[in-house]
Amino acid sequence: MRNPRRTEKIAFFFLFLATALIVLPVGLIVVSIVRKGLPAISWQFLTDIPREGMRGGGILPAIVGTLYLVLGAIVFALPIGLFAAIYLSEYAKDNVLTRIIKLAIVNLAGVPSVVYGLFGLALFVVFFRFGASILSGSLTLGIMVLPIIITASREALESVPQAFREVSLSLGASKWQTIRHVVLPNGISGILTGTILGLGRAAGETAPILFTVAAFYHPQLPRSIFDQAMALPYHLYVISTQVPNVGDKMRYGTALVLLGLVLIMNSVALVVRFRFRKRHRW
Amino acid sequence: MKFSLRDLNVWFGSVHALTDVTMDIPANEILGVIGPANSGKSTFLRTLNRLNELKPNFRMTGDVRLSGADINKTDVDLLRKKVGMVFALPLPLPLSVFDNVAYGPKMHGVRTKKRQKEIVERALKEAYLWDEVKDRLDTPASKLSGGQQQRLCMARTLAVEPEVILFDEPCSGLDPISTAKIEDTMLRLKANYTLVLVTNNVHQASRVADKTAFFLSGRLIELDDTDKIFTAPSDKRTEDYIGGRFG
Repeated sequence: MRNPRRTEKIAFFFLFLATALIVLPVGLIVVSIVRKGLPAISWQFLTDIPREGMRGGGILPAIVGTLYLVLGAIVFALPIGLFAAIYLSEYAKDNVLTRIIKLAIVNLAGVPSVVYGLFGLALFVVFFRFGASILSGSLTLGIMVLPIIITASREALESVPQAFREVSLSLGASKWQTIRHVVLPNGISGILTGTILGLGRAAGETAPILFTVAAFYHPQLPRSIFDQAMALPYHLYVISTQVPNVGDKMRYGTALVLLGLVLIMNSVALVVRFRFRKRHRW
Repeated sequence: MKFSLRDLNVWFGSVHALTDVTMDIPANEILGVIGPANSGKSTFLRTLNRLNELKPNFRMTGDVRLSGADINKTDVDLLRKKVGMVFALPLPLPLSVFDNVAYGPKMHGVRTKKRQKEIVERALKEAYLWDEVKDRLDTPASKLSGGQQQRLCMARTLAVEPEVILFDEPCSGLDPISTAKIEDTMLRLKANYTLVLVTNNVHQASRVADKTAFFLSGRLIELDDTDKIFTAPSDKRTEDYIGGRFG
């Protein structure tokens, strides 16, 4: 005998289980990093350069380097990604070519990051002669997050009801005015979601910066965008695998700072998104 | 004549949506457009402000003139400023009451707040909504009732000072009292504007329209004075449709 209520309960249980299985590992990771990393966090750790062959001192150059890289990547990728998304969603004719382009962009988001690293090395470091520098690293990271930003922004723009566009156009507004005043304000929260994802990815990746910017040991703050720089994910890799006898505290402390940095950047984007939503109530 | 259409044909891909439509729409009258679903009423209406062009596979032939000027040679934004539209469902933009009405004027370069306020007040009064919303111009438009939202959409169209207003089944989601208010407003607007009303409700056409056009399968079957269409139509199919025998 089929019992719909029992079926529903079982279904509900499995759905809950699936969600719990996602939350649990994330929770465990965060808890263990915080537990092991928190003792390392001190004023000196955050504001000093690495000392004793990176077994002591602080990680300030890596923090600053990562901030520069993420900022550079977003400054480069957000405008281009947004304009590309606007073009694809609002202007491009829906034909085979457009669909191939959209598919290609979606697939680019899945390209392994080390491939972007090699690409950045060949194009920015060698061909454009930017050398291993913050500029090369930012551009490489920017290219890596472009597909994420374009895809998320395009989907956000396409989800704005067609009727809103028709209303605006029917009032004699031009196509650009319609995009600027109706489509963008209503798609902004999806665009920012894409940017948040891009930020997190740019901050955490090691491979794209490996050949383009990251310095093994560079205990000073970068002075220009043509300087090499340390970065948190690469620093973490170095002190975890390349330097012997680095304390657990140092490694987990670095991981915790990286985690915290991404969290802070995400919350800034969340706040911006929330304020946009409040201004545009349905 | 406000609009003159000669041998208008419209296709969407391989679908022939309108066939050989020829008609004149006189100024300061209400033209009712009736017909069953898929008869081309809305396509006809959206031809007049070139909204059909948003569909990628749209194609048209024939001659459509607004006050003597070919609409396809007119700047499309200017045409749509002259030919406003009220849609089937109340579609306020996700903005405040004030900003909804001020949207069009702002897009056309009205910058000062004072001028915007004057326009908004005039438009809301013209749509007979002013008294109901004058104390809550800053509330989101979505907080208004369905009938109020639809009159807000009328005010939004009026704020751009069009010459013609197209109504695409403007009362399809409204209760009888809201419907009566909208119809009442349309009758009063006739003095200053030319109105084209597409409706699924033949009684609505008989109540407000001066002339009525009957569409069937993309063809204009009959266009005559509303009284004549509803009492002595010359085509059997018009009589059948109005009598409720099909459609």
